[in-house]
Amino acid sequence: MTLDTDLDPGLDYRSIAFDPAARRATSLDSLVGSPSLDRLPSLDRDGTDSRRARIGRQLLRRPGFLVAILYVLLAVVSAFAPWLFTRTDPDATVPADKLLAPSLAHLFGTDELGRDLFARMVNGSALSVEATLIAIGIALAAGLVLGVVSGFAGRIADVALMRFVDVLLAIPALLLSLAIVTALGFGTVNVAIAVGVGLTPGFARITRAEVLRIKTLPYVEAARGGGASWLRVVRRHILPNSWGPVLVLAVLDFGTAILAVSSLSFLGFGAPPPQSEWGSLIAGGRDYLITSPWLTLLPGLAVALIVFALNHIAKTLEELQR
Amino acid sequence: MLRYIGGRVGQAVVVLWAAFTVSFVILYLLPSDPAAILLGQAAGPGAVISPVALARVRHEYGLDQPVLVQYLHQLGNALHFDFGTSISQGQPVASLLAEDVPPTLALAAFALLLTIVFGVLLAFLATFVPASWLRRVLERLPAAGVSLPTFFVGLLLIQLFSFTLHWFPAAGSNGFATLVLPAVTMSLPTSGVLAQVLIRSLGDTLGEAYITTARAKGLGRFVIHARHAFRNAALPALTILGLLFGATVTQAVVAETVFSRVGVGRLAQQAVTAQDIPVVQGIVVIAAALFVTINLVVDLVYPLLDPRVVSTPRVA
Repeated sequence: MTLDTDLDPGLDYRSIAFDPAARRATSLDSLVGSPSLDRLPSLDRDGTDSRRARIGRQLLRRPGFLVAILYVLLAVVSAFAPWLFTRTDPDATVPADKLLAPSLAHLFGTDELGRDLFARMVNGSALSVEATLIAIGIALAAGLVLGVVSGFAGRIADVALMRFVDVLLAIPALLLSLAIVTALGFGTVNVAIAVGVGLTPGFARITRAEVLRIKTLPYVEAARGGGASWLRVVRRHILPNSWGPVLVLAVLDFGTAILAVSSLSFLGFGAPPPQSEWGSLIAGGRDYLITSPWLTLLPGLAVALIVFALNHIAKTLEELQR
Repeated sequence: MLRYIGGRVGQAVVVLWAAFTVSFVILYLLPSDPAAILLGQAAGPGAVISPVALARVRHEYGLDQPVLVQYLHQLGNALHFDFGTSISQGQPVASLLAEDVPPTLALAAFALLLTIVFGVLLAFLATFVPASWLRRVLERLPAAGVSLPTFFVGLLLIQLFSFTLHWFPAAGSNGFATLVLPAVTMSLPTSGVLAQVLIRSLGDTLGEAYITTARAKGLGRFVIHARHAFRNAALPALTILGLLFGATVTQAVVAETVFSRVGVGRLAQQAVTAQDIPVVQGIVVIAAALFVTINLVVDLVYPLLDPRVVSTPRVA
């Protein structure tokens, strides 16, 4: 009736879930008193070959999806092997070539010290992608543990953990991250931790919902009846079967994490100056916005496109799961 | 009804207390030595901190006392809006907040207004426009909106409307003209979210039987859309609105930094840069209070618009 539209399979929730604040609707739901939101699109769990082939064919019919995957892959590859894209030294200053407009020699132009912006951007991927991966890793690990414990232990542990998650959701994610960065100090890893903690509640909720759903299914009962320990049931039956919705959220949160990491880096809390990150590159070009707009706009556009691509991938995955 | 109100208010108070506790744990218990951070930032990088000064600061901020005493003391102070003294600016945190909260509230309120205008307009068009290809394009727009990094939008708008067209000032905090660009920046992602929720619920509502009835009576498409469908479809969006206001306030951190505006967001950016623990805590608590209050108001107004809410049993 009211907010149960929110995480409904039908809803284009890719972008709603995308905004951490809006995803908070999940927690608000219990306040409003509408039916539980702990439902997510669930996989048809018959992983037969024909089904895989069908999914494969569907993917081929979606050129946008393939382009998005390709673009994200390029970004990830550039993080681990920047030399594939450019051999220009990102820190080499050529004062004579400062603030050049984009050209074939300098795809993104050059900055105020004559450094090649494309090289800096490509080499900046390393820290930005690393931070994103750490953030998602933390959120995924902590969220899975919280969710599984909460879904299994039930009763008091469940209530306590879910209230804790609700409180984390009551503090706007960026502010939570800012507080953590204040306490831990600056740097790529600290920013990643701060963002990861901010993303954890979403994973905890979804994992819990999946665990609660799967826990009651006949095959879990059968495994228990067969004498399997709960630990084994969790490892062999519950986790493998709950990854679908968690995966969609992970892809979505990759986008969220990139936005959050680059925002914090833009604000100046990331790696110190000589190193480049996407956010700090964009911030660095601000002083030259009038004369050399490409210094901020090209890297900004590149980041926006990555987030959009991840968004699109998550939406397509979600549609395919239905 | 009284029980509903009492429950909501009680929940809000508990959440606020918990938010304070979380901020205390993060800011005062997580760092190995908050006093060193406080002193180190005041003294500048690389300065040698004398043990005497360290002990003095510990005493001044009560950091030499047991954790529980510190916590209760701070909680008591926070209830009186006393968050201590800023390290970097030497002023009470409360007076800094009193100075900077109003401009941010004005900005966020204007951004929220724009969010509603953009979101409603887009959702309406995306479900109303007769041409199906155009509808599909409009349905895709919100997804693009939420993908845009706030800082990128801000800088793009400055480039376009300040430097190229000279319509609005690029920076500053005086007058309405300076409010426009940051508010638009902040409203784009949130209006994307609002539009998605509205498009979804409008789609559902348009499939209801009473819409068919209205159509059968011979009412015009626009009247059905605007008066019959929209009113009911707007309800889910209302709950989102409180959350969106919270989101806009958060975005103020980036937007105010980009547009060099006075406000809590910029204060937050400066406080984190200076690792000014008391100020950061004050901002986190105030923001949580604002967030909780807005959601409380939405919760309390909601049953007036949709009485079914109160009678629905709560699902935990």
